Amino acid sequence: MSKFGGSRNNKSVPGISSGSLSDIVFMLLFFFMVTTQMRETENKVVVKLPEASEAAKLERKDLSANINIGSPTRQYQAMYGTDARIQLNDSFKTIDDIRDFIASERDAMSEADRSLMTVNLRVDEDVRMGIVSDVKQELRRCSALKIMYASRKPGGDK
Amino acid sequence: MAKKTPEINSSSTADIAFLLLCYFLMTTTMGDQSGLQRRLPPIPDTKDVQDQKVNRRNIVVVRINSADKLFAGNEAMDISFLKDKMKEFLSNPADSPELPEKEAKEIGGKTYMVSKGVISLQNDRGTSYQAYIAVQNELVKAVNELRDEFSMREFGKRFSRLSEDEQDVVKKAVPQNISEAEPKDTGKK
Repeated sequence: MSKFGGSRNNKSVPGISSGSLSDIVFMLLFFFMVTTQMRETENKVVVKLPEASEAAKLERKDLSANINIGSPTRQYQAMYGTDARIQLNDSFKTIDDIRDFIASERDAMSEADRSLMTVNLRVDEDVRMGIVSDVKQELRRCSALKIMYASRKPGGDK
Repeated sequence: MAKKTPEINSSSTADIAFLLLCYFLMTTTMGDQSGLQRRLPPIPDTKDVQDQKVNRRNIVVVRINSADKLFAGNEAMDISFLKDKMKEFLSNPADSPELPEKEAKEIGGKTYMVSKGVISLQNDRGTSYQAYIAVQNELVKAVNELRDEFSMREFGKRFSRLSEDEQDVVKKAVPQNISEAEPKDTGKK
């Protein structure tokens, strides 16, 4: 007791230097810049991916086209109901629009990469297979044959 | 001598960095895109698809009905048994005449016995996606374990630790023959 009390009387506590604070924050910043990616589209459907322990990472993220299937989020439920819908880019679409979507995604890629395009099916786990089968059939018709069933590793919370 | 320049106050750089940090936290997502990769069969040109006959012993039908019940080769089965059953089907360790035949193939200078077995996965329109992915996952797991066993036998290493060329050999020797059948219009929702 006397030890601390005495020291306080004798000399003032040195101020903590905040000069390195910015370095720490910058390090955090770089971490997030490297590990994250820009969110391209706003999610209009709720997608809770199913679990799969054997899920493998997609090598070329830039060569993927995303198709989201799930029930609309709450703000769109008044307009679109709660039935499973397909979201391409930023809006709700139907099966017939997939052909155009795939074509435009193909056009955006370079000639050499087109055959490597993977269609990433992000489907909610509560969706029935009917709509997924329809999408798969349509993809076969567009000859976009490389697909991936997006899923998450068990134990990961997302 | 020149006049001594006053030090720039650096205490606000932390605030600026914090602002940047918050901006990136808001606008970005963690980029983990993982999943089960598949190749869809191309649309056949001609109508007579039924002609291509696969030997009966070479095919096993895995079916998930609209109540998410699993049938493998005409018998109801719990999903926990599916992997071992499929491993037995694909490897055919005892060369049983019921299970798929094997074919000698030369891969990378050596001859391996490659199974001709095909797993045909069928589902109803009413099957839930969760059950479908769970079954897909079990099938992939069966193949992955067979590949691991094969690479342990041939190379003494796990599949994931092999070089790319060796992985190609293993992939050809233990093919992932999972076919997703044409959808049938049963069990409407």
